[in-house]
This record gives sequence, structure tokens and C-alpha cells, in this order.
Amino acid sequence: MAQADISVAPVVAQGGHNHPDKWKWYDYFTFNVDHKVIGIQYLVTSFLFYLVGGFMAVLMRTELATPDSDFLTPELYNAFLTNHGTIMIFLWIVPAAIGGFGNYLIPLMIGARDMAFPKLNAIAFWLNPPAGALLVVSFFVGGGAQAGWTSYPPLSEITANLPQTLWCLALVLVGTSSILGSVNFLVTIWKMRVPSMAWDEMPLFCWAMVATAILALFATPVLAAALILLVFDINFGTSFFKPDAGGNVVVYQHLFWFYSHPAVYLMILPIFGIMSEVIPVHARKPIFGYKAIAYSSMTICLVGLFVWVHHMFTSGTAPWMRIFFTISTLIVAVPTGVKIFSWVATLWGGKIRYTTAMLFAVGLLSMFVFGGLSGVTLGAAPFDIHVHDTYYVVGHFHYVLFGGSVFGIYAGIYHWFPKMTGRMLNEPLGKVHFVLTFIGTILTFTPMHSLGIQGMPRRVAMYDPQFTDLNQLVTVGSYILAVSVIPFYINVIWSWMAGKEAGPNPWNAMTMEWTTASPPIIENWEVLPVLTHGPYDYGFEPKEAATGEEALVPK
Amino acid sequence: MKQIPAPLLTLVIGIVVTLVSLWVGQNNNMLPVQASEQAPLVDDLFNVMVTIGTALFIVVQGAIVYSMIRFRQRKGDETDGLPIEGNLPLEVFWTAIPAVIVVGLGLYSVVVFQEMGGFSPGGHHNHGTMVAMAPQKSVIDVAPLLSQASEDDLFSKTQVYGFGAGSQTLGNVPDLTVNVVGMQYAWIFTYPDTNIVDGELHVPVGQDVQLMIEAKDVIHSFWVPQFRLKQDALPGETAELRFVATREGTYPVVCAELCGAYHGGMRTQVIVHSTEDYADWMASRVASATPTSTVAQPMENATDAEYLAALAPELVQAPVQIAQMSAMNMDHASLR
Repeated sequence: MAQADISVAPVVAQGGHNHPDKWKWYDYFTFNVDHKVIGIQYLVTSFLFYLVGGFMAVLMRTELATPDSDFLTPELYNAFLTNHGTIMIFLWIVPAAIGGFGNYLIPLMIGARDMAFPKLNAIAFWLNPPAGALLVVSFFVGGGAQAGWTSYPPLSEITANLPQTLWCLALVLVGTSSILGSVNFLVTIWKMRVPSMAWDEMPLFCWAMVATAILALFATPVLAAALILLVFDINFGTSFFKPDAGGNVVVYQHLFWFYSHPAVYLMILPIFGIMSEVIPVHARKPIFGYKAIAYSSMTICLVGLFVWVHHMFTSGTAPWMRIFFTISTLIVAVPTGVKIFSWVATLWGGKIRYTTAMLFAVGLLSMFVFGGLSGVTLGAAPFDIHVHDTYYVVGHFHYVLFGGSVFGIYAGIYHWFPKMTGRMLNEPLGKVHFVLTFIGTILTFTPMHSLGIQGMPRRVAMYDPQFTDLNQLVTVGSYILAVSVIPFYINVIWSWMAGKEAGPNPWNAMTMEWTTASPPIIENWEVLPVLTHGPYDYGFEPKEAATGEEALVPK
Repeated sequence: MKQIPAPLLTLVIGIVVTLVSLWVGQNNNMLPVQASEQAPLVDDLFNVMVTIGTALFIVVQGAIVYSMIRFRQRKGDETDGLPIEGNLPLEVFWTAIPAVIVVGLGLYSVVVFQEMGGFSPGGHHNHGTMVAMAPQKSVIDVAPLLSQASEDDLFSKTQVYGFGAGSQTLGNVPDLTVNVVGMQYAWIFTYPDTNIVDGELHVPVGQDVQLMIEAKDVIHSFWVPQFRLKQDALPGETAELRFVATREGTYPVVCAELCGAYHGGMRTQVIVHSTEDYADWMASRVASATPTSTVAQPMENATDAEYLAALAPELVQAPVQIAQMSAMNMDHASLR
């Protein structure tokens, strides 16, 4: 069998001692092809950029504590808002959720020794640091890109040309990384599951990654095209997006959003996968509606490709388009709702452990209900006309991206940190982190909805003084969020060095990554594991102890 | 699922949730005053969505909080929960209900959109307006588009974005047309019938007003929160925004699309006059109007400042000053 061949081949390599028994600390700074090293490289890099992007956010909120532009120059403010968005999307959530968790977990969950294309995997990671470097450099060669993360021409073509070009190149690099990674995930999941694992016995995180990878493959090249055209317009005298020379500014918006709306699903689908893993383990109950959750990921992937114009309702958008995309956007609420209801039903009747991982997962659930509902209001074109490009939108997408994706990344870290490092995170410190994050999120992002509805546009360094009070509340919330990361980083660094030993399976979880040592040995298992039960068989009468010889697959 | 509450309890919870949601939907008081015919349409849609959203929010959050308390791990209990893997009727139910809701909201949105005039931008009556827009034509090279537009009404229809005549005004010729140009960082309003040029928009209450919106440099977005209307001002594309102001007062005009460093300062105001006040304002402006011959000068290569000097001499300031000036001129008390 082809699958068996692929899986067995590395065993031979292991016999040949092509790698040491254990990676040294400095191996994590090299071009290493081990999926676990790459996963940790992604995670650590993204957590560093999280601090950079967060620092920019705090400076912006400090500026917005007063209506006048009196703390940052307006140019620097715009550079921060551009790069805050860019870094948080492309160098924090995407690499952490897809690159980090995806790489670390996928082979372990399906019983493979590595990803299908290990070298390609390493190349994909090493495209990220130069991208980050380009963004950092852009601040020193002209003040950073200032046209927003959307970089709509003509503004992006007449403002800060050199930093804007570097910005485009940085995004092309991470986009390429994303495409390479997606190919790898698809092939790995398709071909390298242990022979005994059928599609519907895969952990739901794998389903989520399939949907994510398909979406990235379809959408990312379009962004690359848009950015290359933009680079040509800026530097080489073309006029794709220059209206005074026959170009069209709306075309860019279509190209940009054809990628960038699916990008929000790229940022949330892997997180949905993490939710489906964390909740059953800590609620001690099978996931409710496995197939519904798996298929809803695929539905979101499909419908998500046809909703992008809802970002352009006030732009050059024909009436029929506004209607078509209103309806397609509203439809996305259905599969998303299915997931949320299924997770709530998973909680129902469980024996819920109040672990930090679970608190973040349930916190995500709460936040996402609110963010999802405000998303539905934005999908309806007549109302979106009023609140488009206002703080209502800012509030909404931070509810789903911070309250959603970031909470999910935290949940994943608290859940899999013992597997990755062999050590437990400190739970009391984790709970302090959760409480601060939860309060900070509500305080920061809830008042934004009200501000937007009342008339405050987004991306402004100066605003009408009538909005001062709510803005100051938001600023206080953002400071709480800034403080909230301190216990987390202390916890991670301290626990990594001196935390309690975790053992192979501290949560008594049933997915396959918990069958090997913590941290897993290089190439994951001495002998390839055999599937003895489904990924979420909690609460069933214990099967006879798995012998490791035969596959027991309860249906 | 032995925990399912008694039907009576479910009924009571359902009634309470419904009442609370209806109350929140009608009394959220989040929206600013309504000053256009479109505003109540949008607000009704929003309030319906808030009603439904509140009900769903209470039910789902309630289920989460209830589960977290009721199904928490008890001390010393290391066993697992109930091995329930799904429930097909329940799953069909919670797929079908949201599907029905979003289809309903979608249809409702279409109706609101139609009543707002969303289907009729660039209708027949723009024809004259296009000609009236000649002064801007020389600034942005859309002459080919516009000449085609004058030849072929059908083509012009595909070129104009935004909102046209609403259900109330469909088939009418607008009472007043104003050409709007967005530039870093100011709005310029030109009244083609009287050649008035102003940095603020003056309109009579209760009249059918048509704005023809364009941008000179980068994309801007014309937004009057109290009108619930917004339309991007695009360089090279014409957009229409048609409304009937229903309430006298002064409201902010806000730029909603990032247009550069002083985007946040790109604010001015729209003054909705009574019919008499509007006539007075118009008379005073016509009497003191600067000859428009300056406007007709060729301006292909004009800088923002030159352009402004020709169009609106009284507004010649550095863009930053304009931004600050318009910020200071805001009538804050009138915003809500």
C-alpha cells in the first residue's frame, strides 16, 4: 500500500542515523525539516510579532485617548494602523494558527512521521522572517507603509512609495509561504494518514486544515497578482490602477478582497479546528455532530469564496452585486451557527474541567456569538452602507479575530504546550491571563460598535470630541489587554524551563498525538501507532486494552 | 438528555427571551437622529436584526453559562460525561432555523434596498447632470466615459454607482443637483444651476436632492451618519447619492475612506434649511458669487491648492488647515 510505504520509509532513515536523537536548542534557529521544529519556529516567531503588533495598537490607542492628533504624527499613526493590521494578520494569526499548530499537529494527529514535503515546509517557514524584516525596515526608509492594510490605490500609489513597495514584497513572501504550506497540508492529510484511519476518523482539526488549505490555494495567488500590479504601478510606470491613465481603482479592490475575505476564514477555520479538539477533551464528552462540524468547515470554505464584495458595498458596486453578496454573506452564518451550536451541545451534559485551555475555548464561544451576530448585521447591505468603514466594523472584526482567533490560539497553547515541551503551564497564572484578557476584550471592543453607529469613521488619528468618553474607555481596555500578555509570556518562559513534567497524556485525551512521548521523539513514534478508538470516544465503556497489534475501530 | 427542562419552563423562558429581545430591538437607542427618508428604513432593518440577534445571543450565552455551571466537574469525579455523539433532528433544527432567518433577512434587505433607491442610481435624469459636471471633467480624465454616457443612456446607467431615486421619488426629476468633489482633505460642493461653490453642503428640507460624487485625487467616502447614507468618491467613476432630507439641522459630513494623513480631519457639514432659509442662503450666495470663469480654466495639471483656489477662493488654505478648520466648525451639539 502506498500509504504504508510512505510511512515506513522514514523508519529506514532513522536506522541510518541521519539525525541526532534529540534536537538541541540551536537546531530551532536553523533550516530544519522536522515538522515539530518548524511548528515551534512558526509559533515562537508569531508570538514575537504579536508583541510588535500589540505595541503599535497600544500607541494608537494612546493617541486616541484624546480627540486631537497630539501624540503621534498623523503619518506615523497611519503607518502603525497599516502595519498593526498587516502584522497581526500575516505574521501573527496566520503563521501561529496555520503554520504553528498545523505543522506541529497534523502529522501527529494522523500518525505520520513528518509532513509530505519536509524541505518545502522549511522553505515555507523561512519565507516569514524576511517578510517581517521587510516590514521593520520599511519604517526606517520612509516611515512605513501608510495606506492601510488594504492599501487601496490611488492612495497607496502616491504615499510613501518605497515602504509601500517593501510592504507589497513582504506580503508576496508570506503569501508564497502560505501556498507552499497549503500544498503540503493537503498532500499530507490525503496520503499519509495511518492506514487504519478513515476520513471520518480524522480529528476535526485535520478537516479544518483541509478547508483552510483549499481556500488558501484558491485565494492567495489573486492577492499576489494584485500586489505585483501595485508594485508595477508604483515603480515601473504602469497604470493598472491609475484612473487618469485608463486604469481602474475598483479592480484592485476586487482582487484584494477575493483573497482577503477568505483570509478571515484562513484565520478562523484552524481555530475552529482547535475548538473541536479542546472542548471534548476538557468537557469529557464526544464532540457533538462530528460530520456536521466537518462538513460545515467545507461549506464555509466554499461559500467563503463568494462573499468578498461585501467589503465594497459603498464602493463602485453595481446594485445586483450588492444584493448577490448580501445574500451569500448571510448564508455563511448558517454553517458557522452549526459549529457554535455543536460546541455548546458538546458542553451540555459533560463534566467540564475548568482548565485555562477550556476557559479560553468557552471564552471564544461567547465572543464569537457576539461577533458572528454583528457580522450578520454587516452582511445586510442597507445597514452596512451606514456603518461601513466605521468603528462598528473595527469592533466586529476584533470580536471575531481577537475574541475568536487569538482566544483560540491561547486555548491551543494551553492545551498542547505540555505536548510540545513536556511541561505543564502554570494554571493559576493562566487563569489570571484569561480573566484579564476576557475583561480587556469586552472593554476594548464593545464600545467600538456604538462609536461606529454614532458616526466615528475608522482609521482616524483625530476625531470629533463628542466621542471622547467612549474612546477613553476603549483605551483603558486596550491597556488591560496589553497587561494581560505579561502573565502569559512569564508563564510560557518559566514553564518551558522549569514547569511540572507533563507525561505523554496529561489531559487523558484520545487523539493520536497523545500516544507518544512529550515532547514527541524525532519522527514521532518508535513504531507507528494503530488506531484503537475514535478521536472523541469519551464516556464509552473502556474498550479492552489496545494491544497495539489490531485496529479496533468502534462505529 | 435527561436535563431537558419541562415544556412549561421552556415556554416561559421563550416568552421572556422574546419580550426582552423585542424591547432591546426597539429601545437600543444606538443610532443617531434620523434626518433622511432612508434613515427610518435602515433603522427598522437594524432593529429587526438587533431583536433576532438579542434572542439568539441570550439563548446561546444562556446555554453556555448554564452548561459551565450545571455540568462542571464535581470534586473527586474523574469520570467522563454522557457519550452523546449527535442528534440528527436537533442538528437539522439548528441548521434550518438560521437558514430561514438569513433568507428572511436577505429578502427584507432587498426590499429596504429597493425603497432606498439602491436599484436606480444613474437613472434617466442624470443626463443633464452629466453635462453640468463639465468643470470637473477637465480635472479627471473621464471625458471619454462621459461623452459615451451622453450618447448612450444605457451605458451611463452602468457607469453610475450609489443610490438613485427611492420608492417615493421614482420617476421624478430631482429638485436640486449638487456636484460633490472629494480631495485631500476637503469636500467641494458645486451647484451647477447657480454656480455656487461652497465647502459646506446646503440643502432644503423635504426636497429631492441628487449628489453627483467624484474624487479628485484618492478615494474618499461621503458619509452623513444622520442620513444613513454613504458612497465612496472614486477617481474616474461617478457615483450618485439621492436623498430627501426630512429634518432641519446641521449634520456632519464625514470622510469614511482612508485618504491620507489627515483623513480624520476631513469633516465638514450639511445644513438642512427650511425652504425659506434655503432661498435666503441661495440669494445671498448668488449675489456675492465669484464669477465662475475661473473654474473653466484648464486644470489638467493643477495641484490641489491651485484647484481649490480656482474653485473656492475662500477656502484656500493648506490642506491641514482645512482639516483643522472643518473639525473646529463642527456643530457638536447637533450630531445626535
